[in-house]
Amino acid sequence: MCPILLLGMNHKTAPVEIREQLALVCRDQADPLAQHHRLQHVDELFFLSTCNRVEFLFTSNHPEAGRAQVKELLTRHLAIPEQVLDPCLYSYQDLAAVSHLFRVAASLDSMVVGEPQILGQIKSAYRQAGKHHTVGVILNRLLHKTFSVAKRVRSETRIGSCAVSISYAAVELARKIFGELRDKRVLLIGAGEMAELAAEHFLAQGVNQMEVANRTLERAVGLAQRFRAETIPFSHILDALQRVDIVLTSTGSLEPILTHHEVKQRMRGRRNKPLFFIDIAVPRDIEAAVNRIDNVYLYDIDDLQGIVELNKAERCKEAEQAEHIIQAETIKFNEWLRTLEVVPTIIALKHKAETIRRSELQKTLAHLPNLGERERQAIEVLTQSIVNKMLHDPILFLKKKSQRETKQLFVDVTQQIFKLNERDEALGSLLDSADHKC
Amino acid sequence: MEIVFLTVATLSYCIGTIGYLIYLFHDRERVHRVAWAVLLFGALFQGAAIALGSWREGHLNVTDSRQALAFLAWVLVVTYLFAQRRFQVRILGSFVSPLAVVFLLASNLAPGVIFPVGTIFQSAWVIVHVTALFLANGLFGLAFCAGIMYLVQERNIKRKRFGYWYTRLPSLERLDQVNYICILIGFPLMTIGLIAGFAYAGAVWHSPWNWDPKEIFALITWCIYAVLLHERLAVGWRGRRAAWLAIAGFSAVLITFLGVNLLLKGHHTIFIR
Repeated sequence: MCPILLLGMNHKTAPVEIREQLALVCRDQADPLAQHHRLQHVDELFFLSTCNRVEFLFTSNHPEAGRAQVKELLTRHLAIPEQVLDPCLYSYQDLAAVSHLFRVAASLDSMVVGEPQILGQIKSAYRQAGKHHTVGVILNRLLHKTFSVAKRVRSETRIGSCAVSISYAAVELARKIFGELRDKRVLLIGAGEMAELAAEHFLAQGVNQMEVANRTLERAVGLAQRFRAETIPFSHILDALQRVDIVLTSTGSLEPILTHHEVKQRMRGRRNKPLFFIDIAVPRDIEAAVNRIDNVYLYDIDDLQGIVELNKAERCKEAEQAEHIIQAETIKFNEWLRTLEVVPTIIALKHKAETIRRSELQKTLAHLPNLGERERQAIEVLTQSIVNKMLHDPILFLKKKSQRETKQLFVDVTQQIFKLNERDEALGSLLDSADHKC
Repeated sequence: MEIVFLTVATLSYCIGTIGYLIYLFHDRERVHRVAWAVLLFGALFQGAAIALGSWREGHLNVTDSRQALAFLAWVLVVTYLFAQRRFQVRILGSFVSPLAVVFLLASNLAPGVIFPVGTIFQSAWVIVHVTALFLANGLFGLAFCAGIMYLVQERNIKRKRFGYWYTRLPSLERLDQVNYICILIGFPLMTIGLIAGFAYAGAVWHSPWNWDPKEIFALITWCIYAVLLHERLAVGWRGRRAAWLAIAGFSAVLITFLGVNLLLKGHHTIFIR
């Protein structure tokens, strides 16, 4: 069996400096797949790189040599000396590699567990690999399996619905209030780090109208550029309440900047459309009484922290279930891998039968020149079905035995009975197109 | 034949409701699909039963409380089946289907009276009156369910409690929209139904308004929905208030519909005597 190997690093194993380097390289889009032809010990190659991880998934008949070559490719790709990189790397083989890939795709290995972007990133990496023709029978199958496992985890567990960062929790809440966020308008008041992070999350969720208000205009302009937002003067925030739906505050003000009375007055003007305040500032920027107004929802940092704690516990439970799914799917994939070992024999068998059929058919037809097109067709179909029916049971038998330890015995016997050994050299080329046959 | 159809329908509604209750606690697309299909199956059979009955009687077979309740259950299910296609708020089914089952089962307990068939039901006004009002009631029933869900969800978000219902129920805006659209369509239907009723009463009793308790309650119900719709369109009443009014409105519908039929006497009592 051709070993499946995985070499990579992620946010748990690599310090932030190295990941920053990774992010830089990501942006340059240097594509290591283009180097595939230079790695003679690597057969199939898949490369995933996000800002928090890099993974090389490959198959190789010489695991050690293959791994060394890929490691060299990685050091060159990142431009980091090997002795620095080495402690950050992890390496898996066969089933461990398969289940690692499943865990990554199901977002169990992510920095924010359950975040949905990773699957999309894997899909686009797969398209990239397809473009370079670096994936073959095994990795094709493995990646398709990976997509379906990730989908299964997402639909059967609630791993994705538990927000474990404050900014993500804020986005989730907004979604429970507004449903669709695309057409909503966000107002960012002040420029705390956490508020910026939340703003980023809102942008990632499709919000595309944002306004920024800050006491120092320079900072506001900077933020506005970053978020493609408009700036408004700090004194105009009350007017802005008429048109925005979500307000993120994080100023250093010691007094509340929005009071119950001020907000209540604006509600009639906005025809009671829901208004969601996220107050990340300490001391708080918005009077707690604001939450009592109809259609107004106010969450401060403690409330959000509460959600995060709640979700962490919930997520552990869901993660266990997800791990279970992954284990089961890994075992299933392994079964498929094992059938692969008998595939060369099956193909050789089919090939031999087909060769015999064709040559015999040709001989017979040469003796019967007066046959019409219909009769020729009938004979063709007849021979085909005889061959197929003859081979059906032996092939099924081999596939069934492929799950057993004794399979080599049956493979040998089959090869001897049908004298398949002499065709071994031709098998290599046949195998390349085998993925749709097995 | 009718009784067979009705039994099949009742069983289907019960199974559909069980399916929707399972769906409430197990968020599986397939469970919903099956429950929806079973409800559709039941609705087809009940529709056939109603059609058969009406054909036999020669008029729309919604004359006594028993038939009226069953008809309400049918309209509720049918409006939900359509609304589901339109809004995709699947969990609404978990609230609507039990309501339909309650109505359908209650219809067996309500007094069913056979009374001499006259030409009294054969006017086109009656058909408009009954169909429009029942359709409106079905939509108001949906608005009622959406209203309850809204209040539960709003309470969760306001009080910052994140239990099971918080994750399970859809977003506030979505529920509010269901409420709005149901009433936006239901209110004109109700108006048409009432006008047809008055026109008919004018023709039969020579006076459109007879201070019949049912008429009075119907007018109160109409006013509740009129206020709700007006305030929403004029000043943007939405959310909690709209949900409460939708609940109040449907309660008034039920009082008009059942309370008056069963407890008070009036013109309409001739239909249930």
